[in-house]
Amino acid sequence: MEPFKKIKSIVTPLDKVNVDTDQIIPKQFLKLVQKTGFGQYLFYDWRFENGDKPREDFVLNNPKYCDSKILLTRDNFGCGSSREHAAWALLDYGFKVVIAPSFADIFYNNCFKNGILPIRLDSQSVEKLFNNSSEIEADLQNQTIAVGDIIIPFEIESHRKKTLLEGLDDIAVTLQYEDKITMYEKSKSKL
Amino acid sequence: MSRTLFEKIWDSHVVVQQDDGPSLLYVDRHLVHEVTSPQAFDGLRMNKRIVRRTDLTFATMDHNVPTTDRSLPIVDQISSRQIQVLEKNCKDFGIELFDIHSPNQGIVHVIGPELGITLPGTTIVCGDSHTSTHGAFGSLAFGIGTSDVEHVLATQCVWMEKPTTFEIKVEGKRKNPHAITAKDIILSIIRQIGTAGGTGTIIEYRGGTISDLTMEQRMTICNMSIEAGARAGLVAPDEKTFEFLRGKKYVPKNYDELVNYWRENLKSDAGAHFDKSFTLYADKISPQVSWGTNPAMTTDVTGTVPFPEEYSKGNVDEEKAALKALQYMGLKPGTQITDISLDRVFIGSCTNSRLEDLIEASKLIKGKKISSKVRAMVVPGSQLVKRQAEQLGLDKIFKDAGFEWRESGCSMCLGMNPDILASGERCASTSNRNFEGRQGAGGRTHLVSPIMAAAAALAGHFVDVRELDLN
Ligand code: SF4
Repeated sequence: MEPFKKIKSIVTPLDKVNVDTDQIIPKQFLKLVQKTGFGQYLFYDWRFENGDKPREDFVLNNPKYCDSKILLTRDNFGCGSSREHAAWALLDYGFKVVIAPSFADIFYNNCFKNGILPIRLDSQSVEKLFNNSSEIEADLQNQTIAVGDIIIPFEIESHRKKTLLEGLDDIAVTLQYEDKITMYEKSKSKL
Repeated sequence: MSRTLFEKIWDSHVVVQQDDGPSLLYVDRHLVHEVTSPQAFDGLRMNKRIVRRTDLTFATMDHNVPTTDRSLPIVDQISSRQIQVLEKNCKDFGIELFDIHSPNQGIVHVIGPELGITLPGTTIVCGDSHTSTHGAFGSLAFGIGTSDVEHVLATQCVWMEKPTTFEIKVEGKRKNPHAITAKDIILSIIRQIGTAGGTGTIIEYRGGTISDLTMEQRMTICNMSIEAGARAGLVAPDEKTFEFLRGKKYVPKNYDELVNYWRENLKSDAGAHFDKSFTLYADKISPQVSWGTNPAMTTDVTGTVPFPEEYSKGNVDEEKAALKALQYMGLKPGTQITDISLDRVFIGSCTNSRLEDLIEASKLIKGKKISSKVRAMVVPGSQLVKRQAEQLGLDKIFKDAGFEWRESGCSMCLGMNPDILASGERCASTSNRNFEGRQGAGGRTHLVSPIMAAAAALAGHFVDVRELDLN
């Protein structure tokens, strides 16, 4: 995984609560057996009418946001299915940061495995960002979001921060504990 | 110090504990299916890694398999490819696979318990959010993403931050347990605590009503824990649990010894602290019907489709969501739930496709015909359920009434195979998610219990099953 750098971009506002992973990537696209190429199907049913005609009223189809790397949304983003395809689709489309007041657990975890930074911000700050149309900068190292001169700090678990900043491979990290895993297997009753 | 059941299971599975951050947990059972595993196996290949414990890993194909005649080739080429990829992966890595022709094939959360792969006190993971189902046996069972599937394949462990605990007590005697089912209990809970009510927590379902439930019913409840946002749901195992599993194919040889241990150890201590608590009185609830596009958008069968402002209780975002849901569902506020007519009925999914679910529905159906306006199907959760049901003659009852009787799989729960709703079609479904497009783009899903689905199939609209003779 590539180490996470500062991200500066205009923000795509998706003004919805409880966006579930079925909406982020509908089931008909889960049949692919690789991790790439999901971006074209991101929010498919919201983005396209009859499968090909872009819906003008959907925010991703607004040319203003076509280079956006930051998605702004509401509470409980990523709820429902555990499909990591949701994170792959966001990343493949170009989103590196998702900001919301809260995230569903599995989705939140999946983001970090793919180099996406999910930022939890209080509802008031999220509201402010919804009303802002200029570029913002997400700085993981300093745990801040900069909107012009305004700096909004955010919280993140320190180990998750480290994973992203260093682009760590989880499995390689775990395999350093090989002796502990083996010890556990020897000591516990066999099931 | 007194501990909850969850804390006991957690403590006994920690391999590495850090001062800060997640712990490394050992995984006792890893269930694999075709949709969320291909990229994980690819990752192993790329890094020249092997599966650490093939003996603790089991695979099946359920999400995109056709439910029609299995002697025929699979028409959908991309589905077919995904199935072949799983076959190859299991072969290459040495994992036991219940393939499409296996007598043990079925929805991963149905076959785990019926084969005795699911055991009390264990940790179980699967690349599927409804892994919470297995918690009905007092195991800590949760869904993981594909990266974690790869991680578990390679290390038999998973990193996890310790969730908090949430006690949900269900008390009170249901007047008619055939009419007020486990599905109505869990929908009532989600309706009250919300789709994010359980986020970050492990729910333990407790109380007299839960003890009274059969294992199948407990599975229905634990299954939908994820719909309340929880990582997992569990029920302390009891004699029913031990009897259910006894003699199953994959239970360990020292089963009785294990039971003795489980009986002593697998319960929350008196006075154990839960971070959160909620009580539902089951004697007060009615059959539930969802009207919107998430499982919390649910009401009583005797109720009406709510007005967005009334539903949202002042929350602007929720009000917008309700408005959008009503548009999507094609419903007007104030409509009686029993006036909603249906095009389709689906009895199936890991929530409600077990033998008991089918028996309950068949009792109502027997000797009757479904409404001419409705197309209805039954998709047994597994090949075993299907065989058992056929031995009881349930297939005949359903078919005589006009239902389609299918092979086992996820089917129209998520419509990855050809079983889907057409745009605008309205379906009474025993599954667990009524998200937009879940059962087919533009399809409209109403979540209900099997008995409610059966009654709706006969009438062509929702019916309060308490008014019917269910005995
Ligand atoms: S039946 Fe539905 S919810 Fe259950 S595992 Fe299959 S797709 Fe998921």
